[in-house]
Amino acid sequence: MLKSRIGVAALLFLLLTGVLAPVSAQMDDELTLLYWQSASILNPYLSGGTKDLHAASVILEPLARYNENGALVPYLAEGIPTVANGGISEDLTSITWTLGEGIVWSDGSPLTSADVVFTWEYCTHPEMGCSGLSHFADVESVEALDERTVTVHFSVAKPFPYGPFVAQVSPIIQAAQFADCLGANAPICTEQNFGPIGTGPYVVEEFRANDVVVYSANPNYREAGKPYFQRVVLKGGGDAESAARAVLETGEADYAWNLQIEPAVQGNMEAAGFGKVVSAFDPGVERLILNQTNPDPDLGENRSVYMGGDNAHPFLTHDAVWMALSKAIDRQLIALVLYGSGGVPTCNILARPIIYASTANDACLPQDIPGANALLDEAGIVDSDGDGVRELDGVPLRILYQTSTNAVRQSTQALIKHWWSRIGVETELRNISAGVFFGGDPASPDTYGKFYADIEMYTNGFSGTDPESYLGSWVCSEINGPDNNWLGNNVPRWCNADYEALVEQMAQTSDTEERIDLAMHMNDMLVNSGIFIPLVDRAKVSAHANSLEGFLINAWDTELWNIADWTRAS
Amino acid sequence: MKPLFRTSRSLTRPEESGEFSASPRTLSGDAWRQFRKHKLAMGSMGVLLLVVLLVLAGPLIWHTDPEYIDIIAAYSGMTAEHPFGTDNLGRDTLARTIWGGRVSLAIGLTAMIIAMSVGTLVGCVAGYFRRLDGLLMRITDMFLSLPTLPLLLVITLLFREPLRKAFGPEVGIFVLIVVVIGMLGWMPTARLVRGEVLTIKEREFVSAALSIGSDDRVILRSHILPNVLSPVIVAASFSMAGAIITESALSFLGLGFPPDFPTWGRLLFDGKDYLTLTPALVFWPGLMISLTVLCINFIGDGLRDALDPQLRK
Repeated sequence: MLKSRIGVAALLFLLLTGVLAPVSAQMDDELTLLYWQSASILNPYLSGGTKDLHAASVILEPLARYNENGALVPYLAEGIPTVANGGISEDLTSITWTLGEGIVWSDGSPLTSADVVFTWEYCTHPEMGCSGLSHFADVESVEALDERTVTVHFSVAKPFPYGPFVAQVSPIIQAAQFADCLGANAPICTEQNFGPIGTGPYVVEEFRANDVVVYSANPNYREAGKPYFQRVVLKGGGDAESAARAVLETGEADYAWNLQIEPAVQGNMEAAGFGKVVSAFDPGVERLILNQTNPDPDLGENRSVYMGGDNAHPFLTHDAVWMALSKAIDRQLIALVLYGSGGVPTCNILARPIIYASTANDACLPQDIPGANALLDEAGIVDSDGDGVRELDGVPLRILYQTSTNAVRQSTQALIKHWWSRIGVETELRNISAGVFFGGDPASPDTYGKFYADIEMYTNGFSGTDPESYLGSWVCSEINGPDNNWLGNNVPRWCNADYEALVEQMAQTSDTEERIDLAMHMNDMLVNSGIFIPLVDRAKVSAHANSLEGFLINAWDTELWNIADWTRAS
Repeated sequence: MKPLFRTSRSLTRPEESGEFSASPRTLSGDAWRQFRKHKLAMGSMGVLLLVVLLVLAGPLIWHTDPEYIDIIAAYSGMTAEHPFGTDNLGRDTLARTIWGGRVSLAIGLTAMIIAMSVGTLVGCVAGYFRRLDGLLMRITDMFLSLPTLPLLLVITLLFREPLRKAFGPEVGIFVLIVVVIGMLGWMPTARLVRGEVLTIKEREFVSAALSIGSDDRVILRSHILPNVLSPVIVAASFSMAGAIITESALSFLGLGFPPDFPTWGRLLFDGKDYLTLTPALVFWPGLMISLTVLCINFIGDGLRDALDPQLRK
């Protein structure tokens, strides 16, 4: 009897807290953020996941961030170094930053140039496996000139030296806290990785990996009177649709991140009047990635492994095939029906900033199914056995097409399958839970990096406004394989010496016009090599409560970049 | 009607006594007479037959392709062209419900048969043969303590590719899902049956059968099995409903059928985002799942009453 009473009491308690939780979320000094992909670590150097970068960005700050217009604004630095103000050397091989005066860590100790140097040492340690390593490319040394001045020396002339210590991907960590976490010790420093000491507006109060992060205001924050909210709760999990509903329709949360939901559904939610949807175009492009290697399960360990061209895909590497696949897709319809104001059709991999967008490939926009059929017929890829599927050298064009679980993506899959069926290509669809697909677990066969399929679809882009490191992703050394635990950036497994030369040329080009031309040329090369089929140039879409003021959506950096300025409308 | 199983043979056969000139009374005949008195069960039987008929014969009358996309007709309400409306891509919900029902019912039925056969076999053997009891029950405990979801993930990962290769993506996944759900659903039945067998094997008629030298197999089949059948049938109805639901959970995790392949669970999952726009998308598959599960449960109820001689009037 007693037991059952305790049980009933516990149940009532759970029910009450469950019911009361959404109400308390609207308390004046507490901010509730919803991330349908939950944060798993708060050390941005040990995770490339956007959700982890965002979760860490309210604690750890870089020297400078991009604002909502894509311009650099100083954070820990006093100003932005340029050639004009002498901060960047004439030969473009070094950049000197000066730290702001009187900045302290949340534990009260002063921020010094030694912390900046330590951050570089930490990430570039040979045994570290730092996920932000590409941002320190060509850095020869980082030198502390005095307590507040630090110089980054590059081994080559860097026309765009704002890679290290800039934006959400490269913040400063505290030397004192991470001193014992160098190299191989990095991943086992749980206390540090789960609760880094930072200079940002908030400090970690409680962190439950893959669930929730609770922050409280940093008492030592450099701007007096900020942040406005005393507590921030970042809740993870669920899906985009329910996150949007919580902000727009029920008013349970203040902000929801990355809403890939259909415009018809979204408009309906917005009508409830609790919040609004905001969007900004960033470099993210939803694309199909064509596997250049053979994903046949019979190959065992060599499945989807690049072997210097020996293990090529049986038909996707044929020009007529990928061209026909691309021609058969109606990108305009996908953008209109499934993305609405959140996307425009594109034929480029590099679509933003708009000055970099090539116009050479725009012919892909109108759908051309007869043209696609003609192309395949001419190439002799015909249906020889009458089963409705074309064959190339006896191999039927049967495609396994995978992506993450999301209503918009499954609808895109269904449409594309429908169009491909009209050019004699049979498609098998597969959807994988986003946590697994983007999870990067080397043991799982279902990650985007392992790519055990013929074609997969997701969005990729970059932080900031300079595409150099993004375009540098598709070099041979970045090819995903067992050697790098399938965590490389070259997911299509494409190796091309001409492209490699362009990447090197890019690193040595400083003139802005030339860089733009080169970037466009590289984009055209990627798109015309049949490794990507770009679909939609996507906007970052988020929702915030009407009562939240100061939110400025930022396409170039973390969306929480100005969280210290957020206030509640009275 | 051919008798399903026989009671212990009576000593005086009806034709010898001369009392009954009509066909002999059988257990199944009695059960059927009793079942017919259960109005709810009879009603459910009718509804279930209708559902099965719709699902089996539907495509003969309704020719629309469930995968045909007609984007112009997206979010259509109930019209003559689309009686159940359409989804966000203009696919016909009626056609998808019909095709989805075939898969869902087939999964439910097959998985239930597997679970019941294994469960009954293990339960009977464990309850009847004392030597095997400990071993079998520990195996059952082990299966019960296995966390279902991680196990499902591992099994699908291990066997998805070979099965897909052997049978194609749809049939391969069907075999996999049915076997997995069946193999993870037999334990409650096994425990239930074992408990029943333990009590029944002490009864006089079992001792009598033993004393006339009946073989163990005969005793199990003719004397014990008919008496444990009623709880099994009730468990079966729950198991079938559970299988339909588990399939939809698997589809949700991306381990089930391809996303464009309609099943009731899948339709329900896909439709939930559009609940406020076109409720018909979740209403019809939801109604079908509820109706089917409810009807099976009522029929199970009716059967239990009908098969229990003590309840028979």
